[in-house]
Amino acid sequence: MSPEVETVIAILVATLRAGTPLVFAALGELVTEKSGVLNLGIEGMMLIGAVAGFIATVLTGSPVAGVVFAMLAGTLVSLLFGFLTLTLLTNQVATGLALTIFGIGLSAFVGLGYIGTPIQGLPPLAVPLLGEIPVLGPLVFGHDPLFYLSLALFAAVAWFLARTRAGLVLRAVGESHEAAHAIGYPVIAIRYLAVMFGGAMSGLAGAYLSLVYTPQWTENMTAGRGWIALALVVFATWRPARVLLGAYLFGGITIVGLHIQAAGFEASAHLLAMLPYLATILVLVLISRDTTRIRLNAPAALGKPFHPDA
Amino acid sequence: MWFRLEPRAQASRRLRTAAPLIALALTLASGTVLFGALGQNPILALHTFFIRPIDSLYGLSELAIKAAPLALCAVGLAIGFRGNVWNIGAEGQLTMGAICGGGLALAFYGAEGPWLLPLMVLAGGLGGMAWGAIPALLKTRFNANEILTSLMLSYVAIQLLGYLVHGPWRDPEGYNFPETRLFGDQALLPVLVEGTRLHGGVVLALIAVGLGWLLLSRSFAGFQIKVVGQAPAAAAYAGYSRRRVVWLSFLIGGGLAGIAGLGEVAGPMGQLNPTVSPGYGFAAIICAFLGRLHPVGVLLASLLLALLFLGGESLQMHLNLPLAITGVFQGLLLFFVLACDVFVRYRVRLGRAAVGLAP
Repeated sequence: MSPEVETVIAILVATLRAGTPLVFAALGELVTEKSGVLNLGIEGMMLIGAVAGFIATVLTGSPVAGVVFAMLAGTLVSLLFGFLTLTLLTNQVATGLALTIFGIGLSAFVGLGYIGTPIQGLPPLAVPLLGEIPVLGPLVFGHDPLFYLSLALFAAVAWFLARTRAGLVLRAVGESHEAAHAIGYPVIAIRYLAVMFGGAMSGLAGAYLSLVYTPQWTENMTAGRGWIALALVVFATWRPARVLLGAYLFGGITIVGLHIQAAGFEASAHLLAMLPYLATILVLVLISRDTTRIRLNAPAALGKPFHPDA
Repeated sequence: MWFRLEPRAQASRRLRTAAPLIALALTLASGTVLFGALGQNPILALHTFFIRPIDSLYGLSELAIKAAPLALCAVGLAIGFRGNVWNIGAEGQLTMGAICGGGLALAFYGAEGPWLLPLMVLAGGLGGMAWGAIPALLKTRFNANEILTSLMLSYVAIQLLGYLVHGPWRDPEGYNFPETRLFGDQALLPVLVEGTRLHGGVVLALIAVGLGWLLLSRSFAGFQIKVVGQAPAAAAYAGYSRRRVVWLSFLIGGGLAGIAGLGEVAGPMGQLNPTVSPGYGFAAIICAFLGRLHPVGVLLASLLLALLFLGGESLQMHLNLPLAITGVFQGLLLFFVLACDVFVRYRVRLGRAAVGLAP
């Protein structure tokens, strides 16, 4: 294989890897938002998931246990958010910010003794024969198990929202909680479940970072990916397929920046690090410009608290 | 549910003041448990955290130094939050203020005069304002969510600062440390009290609190901001422009955060380095809510949050506890503040709802 082809394959594989945590987090937030709840705490939940998964892996020696633990931790803190916003009816924007601030603080605190601890992260699947096919092998069969899980979860979420009765109920709750409540659906309970799903997915996204992407724990290692995931949901106009596309697009931007530097171009690492954030702003502007499209696609009850007596 | 919430006909005024205090008490209680769990004597730990940092004049002046940038940022944010404008990029606006004001000090290094400092304050404010103007423009012109754009711009600003101090602005005699040269004397805010680091930025913060109060409580613009925030439909009917409120919020918030950044580099730091702020812009969000979005409340909340920063350092120094504990306390405090808000708007009744009522 020529070195050019190898570079292209390496870039593509790296792009998919860089996009995968965004896929997890954005899919989770998509389901949460479809139920009418805006959780701005993804960044915090991802950090909690990352640190919980890392510590569990160190203690048990099993990255699988780490992944499970990360999802549990993500769910647990999302329940805190759920209790405040759904039961105590606090402002969702403010509570989401609180969750992020709390997650940054708590993860830094808990993870302090684990900075620099080496672990055996989740290795890529080594598929015999198929993995050795040129080009296709590394692109299709050479990934880690969580990558395939992200694709499966994408398919599951897309199917759930579009094709199942439960998905329809969830969307109804997100469009009009009064109507859903009047028909007799348990609005608050459904929203709790959606919030918990978002928490578990954010935890998973965090675990991907600390167990697969860069198998180590560093403070604040999400570096704004939780916020990019939030932007992705808007970019995708609340459609799962576009979430997937957007996540890989952003993964690609991160990776291209790295490769520009590796190719020997004079570019400051600091300036290149701005790229994903600038791209997020650009994409948000392009997509939000069409106000009608946003209004038609956004869940109508997004961010509005629900009190059955009020 | 073992309790239910009954909406109050009118928000309780008494509880409106009491809620932040209840939240503070709950945070302290959690802190006691946390310290106990860490194997520390809770009384000693709480004393080291909350009392020891401010048991001297020097400690009190340090408290004021940390509260100043918090109050500057938080007053601006509170004005925006009142109008339902979610500027959470104060950290970036603060950084840009530091870059613009500090850049001026570097540009005129060796050619200073008494005119430099006022110009730096102006440049800091304008820098923060310009950085705040971007999300405002993107919101009003393109409908882009200001939460996300203002936050993304914070990351961009922090990277820009990193680029400048690692690259073009690095001190030529600084042994390759990522920091600029020390500013000249005329580029530094005056020290107010001999023997402390108390600087003129504290006065700027107090002025900002005063002006913020005038704007919100005594001006028509402030009234418009509040109406747009609380009753968008009524505001539209009255012809109050939502766009104007977005612009106003971001320009004021950005400008004040920029001055806060300038106050850091021309105050205690005296130079630019990659970490101008230990997260003042984000902590200011907590100050805004804890202070009930009222400038005077914000001032008190800033003092408390400043104490959390100092307390974290004190714990690290005296009890060898990690600095990250400050972040845990900040998060807990904001959670409790938001949760206690429920008592203001609702009556909490124990037991299930009576039969026949909604569940």
